[in-house]
Amino acid sequence: MAMLEAKNLGISFGGLKAVDNFNLTIEKGELYGLIGPNGAGKTTVFNLLTGVYKPDLGTIHLDGRNITGKKTIEINQAGIARTFQNIRLFKELSVLDNVKAGLHNHHPYSTLEGIFRLPKYYKVEREMNDRAMELLKVFDLDGEYDYKASNLPYGKQRKLEIARALATDPKLLLLDEPAAGMNPNETAELMETIGFVRKEFDMTILLIEHDMKLVSGICEKLTVLNFGQVLTWGETSEVLNDKRVITAYLGE
Amino acid sequence: MSFLSYLISGISLGSIYAIIALGYTMVYGIARMLNFAHGDIIMVGGFAIFTMVSTLGMAPLVGIVTAAAVCTLLGVTIEFVAYRPLRGASSLAVLITAIGVSYLLQNLALLIFGSNARQFTSVVMVPGLALAGGRLTISGETIVTIIVCVVIMVSLTAFINKTRIGQAMLAVSEDRGAATLMGINVNKTIAITFAIGSALAAIAGALLCSTYPSLTPYTGSMPGIKAFVAAVFGGIGSIPGALLGGIILGVVENLSKAYISSQLSDAIVFSLLIVILLVRPTGILGKKINEKV
Amino acid sequence: MKVKKNKILIQNGITYAMVILFWAVIQLLLAGGHVSSLLKGLLVPLCIYAILAVSLNLTVGILGELSLGHAGFMCVGAFTGAFVTRCMEAPLPSVGARFFLALLVGSAVAGVFGILIGIPVLRLKGDYLAIVTLAFGEIIKNLINVMFIGRDSRGFHFSIKDTLSLGLEADGEVIVKGAQGITGTPRAATFTIGILLLLLTLVIVLNLINSRTGRAIMSIRDNRIAAESIGINITKYKLMAFSISAALAGMAGVLYAHSLATLAATSANFGYNKSIMILVFVVLGGLGNIRGSVIAAIVLTALPELLRGLNDYRMLIYAIVLIAMMLFNSSPKAIELRSVVMDKIRRGQSGSAPKEV
Repeated sequence: MAMLEAKNLGISFGGLKAVDNFNLTIEKGELYGLIGPNGAGKTTVFNLLTGVYKPDLGTIHLDGRNITGKKTIEINQAGIARTFQNIRLFKELSVLDNVKAGLHNHHPYSTLEGIFRLPKYYKVEREMNDRAMELLKVFDLDGEYDYKASNLPYGKQRKLEIARALATDPKLLLLDEPAAGMNPNETAELMETIGFVRKEFDMTILLIEHDMKLVSGICEKLTVLNFGQVLTWGETSEVLNDKRVITAYLGE
Repeated sequence: MSFLSYLISGISLGSIYAIIALGYTMVYGIARMLNFAHGDIIMVGGFAIFTMVSTLGMAPLVGIVTAAAVCTLLGVTIEFVAYRPLRGASSLAVLITAIGVSYLLQNLALLIFGSNARQFTSVVMVPGLALAGGRLTISGETIVTIIVCVVIMVSLTAFINKTRIGQAMLAVSEDRGAATLMGINVNKTIAITFAIGSALAAIAGALLCSTYPSLTPYTGSMPGIKAFVAAVFGGIGSIPGALLGGIILGVVENLSKAYISSQLSDAIVFSLLIVILLVRPTGILGKKINEKV
Repeated sequence: MKVKKNKILIQNGITYAMVILFWAVIQLLLAGGHVSSLLKGLLVPLCIYAILAVSLNLTVGILGELSLGHAGFMCVGAFTGAFVTRCMEAPLPSVGARFFLALLVGSAVAGVFGILIGIPVLRLKGDYLAIVTLAFGEIIKNLINVMFIGRDSRGFHFSIKDTLSLGLEADGEVIVKGAQGITGTPRAATFTIGILLLLLTLVIVLNLINSRTGRAIMSIRDNRIAAESIGINITKYKLMAFSISAALAGMAGVLYAHSLATLAATSANFGYNKSIMILVFVVLGGLGNIRGSVIAAIVLTALPELLRGLNDYRMLIYAIVLIAMMLFNSSPKAIELRSVVMDKIRRGQSGSAPKEV
């Protein structure tokens, strides 16, 4: 059974078809890329997959489970986590608290237990601290655990966002332009990190990217989106050599 | 017949709210801030006229012109000193500063004029009408208020659509960055917006105090709040919305006072706001703003 | 990990210590007879405003939603509490026991109002939320002013017109008298009780912030969309913050009701001006800064009274200082200037570039 199965997804905004007849199949453990020129509708696809928008047409199945039209919270609980094109960290919270926020649903205790500091509070907080520090260590952020998130340099903020997404224990990780704003060194480091995450967490990853070095470096398969429709899909090397794809990016 | 009488005075009250609401909505749409001190500028206008007419014995017209000048100057100065430095700061910071300005105006008036209510002499020289064989009387103030409101609405709409400055104001309200790039002087545009809004507040003050002749430093506060409510439920940022909101609010308030209870009229007006916002969260004529994910 | 936990414990400890110290100093002054009757009359109000400021900070600073109706919840709590105290005169003669019950019921009812009002209101964006909360505050005040509740051997009677419409028997008594409110409430509030309630408020709010629920609430404040994407139930936590804030305001209301012999809902004590005043405390003390709220509430309440010498000019000065502080604190130019100066100082101290970029 495929990890993600999107069939005939479509959505219109004010009469304009932003995404039309979108199909995507991702197998478990794959590192899949969604590429296409600006405005092609890639982030819209992400928003459809994560419940930010409800599709007008089509279905989405995650690991066999129908998640079409469900709300973002339910989809996250079903197993999809994402990062955003413009980094969305909890700016005023510490690095550690950002990750602990991601652990919210998997380490519960009630508000009353928290206010009156009952034993469960201490037990679960310790668990959360340990788990959060583990995750931060993976991304080499454990040294800055008590920094305010907004004080981190850009590249580390990106990594923190990924760490927070992983804290929700997803089956599928969606990364929206993770290399945006990064220099070649940072991008290379990010490529390693993403590969490591895939191996270490047995994660299936779908990413949107413009940086072709990253795309060709780590993505196994690609889907190319143009004007809201799928242009082509398949093995990375084939797709990148497809004349239609080159034309779509560079124009006639 | 009495229903018609209440209705008409409700429309008149609503016209005053509409004129005040215009000031709120223009400033909100163009400068993106809630000028909490707007209501108190009305009070300043009222006192300016009072000083000119009742204390110094000038003609009503002189009083009105003075009030308009004073309020315009005041509005532009406040914008320059208190609000402009905060452009780019959080909207809460600007709101609190506006509250500070409101306190400042109220307490200055308190110092100068004391807390006793002053008797305001109406500046409306137009006599009232007696219709339907004397069963329906409409005061001169009511007539003038409604006419002035219509004139202002029409002129303002023409101004926004037909003049360069008006178009600049529209542009700044849509997208400040793009407006700057197109060579529009944002500072000047916002200053003019405040000037117009404040001048309107002076007129509202003249009409308000002519109809309800008791003037204290706190006179502008509640009408300011109600006009703000009117602007919000007509759709903040929308000029026709300010008119619609103001009139509806005035009518509802007056009819509630007449037929239900004057104690509950405020509660009814505010409840109406809540109901409208629940059904249309951006107000009746307001625009929906979508957040980019 | 230990380092960070201790840092928070120390910070919170300082806040508690400060309040306890304040109490101790005042007690000493009282014992020595050094406290003017003016200041004595301020002691309970200082506690009330501190509780109101801390609870409002939970909504505005921690949840990040602008509420201009906080006085409305205080009003609900005050009248509910006073009503309970008056009604339980027979079964519970002890004033202390009734006061305690009033506190519980008053806070609970205010909290329920918080949920009822929060459900429709918290969906609205920023400025709309502000005006609607203001509207609710005024509605509550208005409704209480037309409420008449009486009791006789047949039970409770309710009217929104006048006392006569209650149709009470000869042995009946009117408890809530419309615009005249509730009279005959025992003046059970003391400074010590006020400080205890303030400490309770601080424990609840500070512990809440420093817990899983607090993180959820702050994540909504910092980035609602991201919070949703990690599975946090926005509505649930918004309502939780709002209703806890309302309940604490209600508790302050009960305290207020028991510091007066007559409780009436006027524009002065429960109107939007009161809500605005508390908001000013919160903003000046620092959004999200709980200790700052306590300090601001105490200083800004006591100062105008203590400066009575300046008499007519004190509110004017208050207004000017408020504007000046906001400009100084929040204007982008001032912030820039401050960070340049701070950088220079930091560089001077450590001789190298600052640690955090």
